[in-house]
Amino acid sequence: MIRLQGIERVFRVGEEAVHALRGVDLEIEAGEYLSIMGPSGSGKSTLLNIIGLLDRPSAGRYALDARDVTGLSDDDQARVRREKIGFVFQFFHLVPRLTAAQNVELPMMLAGIAPAERAKRLAQLLGDYGLSDRAGHRPDQLSGGQCQRVAIARAMAMQPSVLLADEPTGNLDRHTGQDVMAVLEAVHHAGGTLLVVTHDPEIGARAHRRLRMVDGAIAADERS
Amino acid sequence: MRAADLVQFAWRVVGGYRTRTALILLAMGIGVAAVIAVSSIGEGARLYIVNQFGSLGTHLVIVLPGRSETAGAMPGVLIGRTPRDLTIEDALALKRSAAVRRLAPLIVGAGDIRAGALSREAPVLGSTAALMDIRHMTLSQGGFLPEGDPRLSQPVCVVGAKLATELFGTRPALGEWLRIGDWRFRIVGVLAAQGQSLGFNTDEIVIVPLAAAQALFDTESLFRILVEAKSREDISVAKADVEEILRERHEGKRDVTVITQDAVLATFDRILRALTLAVGGLAAISLAVAGILIMNVMLIAVTQRRSEIGLLRALGATGQQIRLAFFTEAVLLALGGAGCGLAVGKLGQLAIAQLYPNIPFTPPWWALVAAPTTAIVTSVVFSVLPARRAARLDPVQALSKR
Repeated sequence: MIRLQGIERVFRVGEEAVHALRGVDLEIEAGEYLSIMGPSGSGKSTLLNIIGLLDRPSAGRYALDARDVTGLSDDDQARVRREKIGFVFQFFHLVPRLTAAQNVELPMMLAGIAPAERAKRLAQLLGDYGLSDRAGHRPDQLSGGQCQRVAIARAMAMQPSVLLADEPTGNLDRHTGQDVMAVLEAVHHAGGTLLVVTHDPEIGARAHRRLRMVDGAIAADERS
Repeated sequence: MRAADLVQFAWRVVGGYRTRTALILLAMGIGVAAVIAVSSIGEGARLYIVNQFGSLGTHLVIVLPGRSETAGAMPGVLIGRTPRDLTIEDALALKRSAAVRRLAPLIVGAGDIRAGALSREAPVLGSTAALMDIRHMTLSQGGFLPEGDPRLSQPVCVVGAKLATELFGTRPALGEWLRIGDWRFRIVGVLAAQGQSLGFNTDEIVIVPLAAAQALFDTESLFRILVEAKSREDISVAKADVEEILRERHEGKRDVTVITQDAVLATFDRILRALTLAVGGLAAISLAVAGILIMNVMLIAVTQRRSEIGLLRALGATGQQIRLAFFTEAVLLALGGAGCGLAVGKLGQLAIAQLYPNIPFTPPWWALVAAPTTAIVTSVVFSVLPARRAARLDPVQALSKR
């Protein structure tokens, strides 16, 4: 369902051109659980951002669900992102002034879903992610693990087919990190595609397919 | 995104940053309140003048002896003697004009008023029965000067309310006799207290028949002729008729000055309105400053909320939605500021009205519309740049920092 062909990403830093990605070819089937590992600056996050349509490749083609999305306008990409892709970040990126429930509701609000339908889905999501008793708390009143749960619930609010997690445990202690991974893996067990970028070999090893990136290229692609 | 959700989202931002919101509301509010307060002072002054003129009488055409060649000055006031005086016959001749409803010739002088042992100096007006209606005078007791031929004198007079009290105390003044100079007059009426009217206090005057005043001051010439036109439209006709009739009677010489109350009033009206607009405009500059403040605050907000903007993009917000969110925020702030300003301006106006109850302070309608409109328009205009900057933010970079 995700097909990348000859993806290049070049950043200009002053006079110099930095190749973040060099000729990446990658196919990911629906329902796969994939981890992307590699040293800093190897292009893992750039690859994730391109898959998530937050960034555009300098060259190459990207097809999502058999549809070429490379040349879509910004607004069309935003719509695809809204419908099909969920993001989870290292620093949670919750809106500080909004409560947990309001944060989870945000993507549904942006999509223009009717308030009644939103309320129904919101109750379901808060229940699913064990947040019902934290619904009215603001992020500064939540623990790191709870914040990441809110972020995952928010990413899943539009029922995307792909969940992208960039260092989801990077800001959590070991125990909480494993807890969060279990929540993410539950999405995969329910049939969703899960991509996790991580530094942590232990987290990376949990995935069924493990990519290793070096210098903007895929150096290894293991399956188990 | 639904409009209600957009407003709710912006509302939560406004409510989330309380200090910032309060400061913007303060700046906006001061701007709007200043425009309203300043313009209501100007408008109050204008209405005060208009009312003062209105109390002189309506549809008034005033004839002065003498003619000044230079425009602007009040002829006849500065020049004591004129080549040709206005006479009672002149005044009576003016009744020929179809546009004239009634007229009152006027002689003014100062007289030594005595009643019993008491004596005081007071302005003495010589006129006819028509004066009461033309000048909208009201009586508290008795009647006014008798109708009849103005050339015939009767020893009667009407006194102002204050003068009556000063001369007779609590005793009824009606029916008593006064001495003015060497002449005796019986009081047939007492004026109701009216107070100051363009520097002339009707509470302290004595009004005697025209012929009596002529004898008293030993003069044939009139100080003024007050002419009342039949309607507002007839004022210009009456003015032209008066000029023509007097020119004929004065052997073709245009030696009188005819002014209409409307012309004087219109001049005052124009000057004061221009003044109000100018001062209001100055106050409006503070609104532009408030608009720039909103722009600054919104630009800071874009920087502060970089990661939030990046997040919204990641959640599928289009550039348009980001722009609208910032836009709505600015409009909410402006609406709140305008609302505060209107309220504070109104309170300020009420406070000034308490201090100066005589002057009808009221904000002109254009200020009530223009001040909030300017506030909202400036903040909308000044929020375009920050909103565009927010929408153009690269989501990857916006999200990369914590």
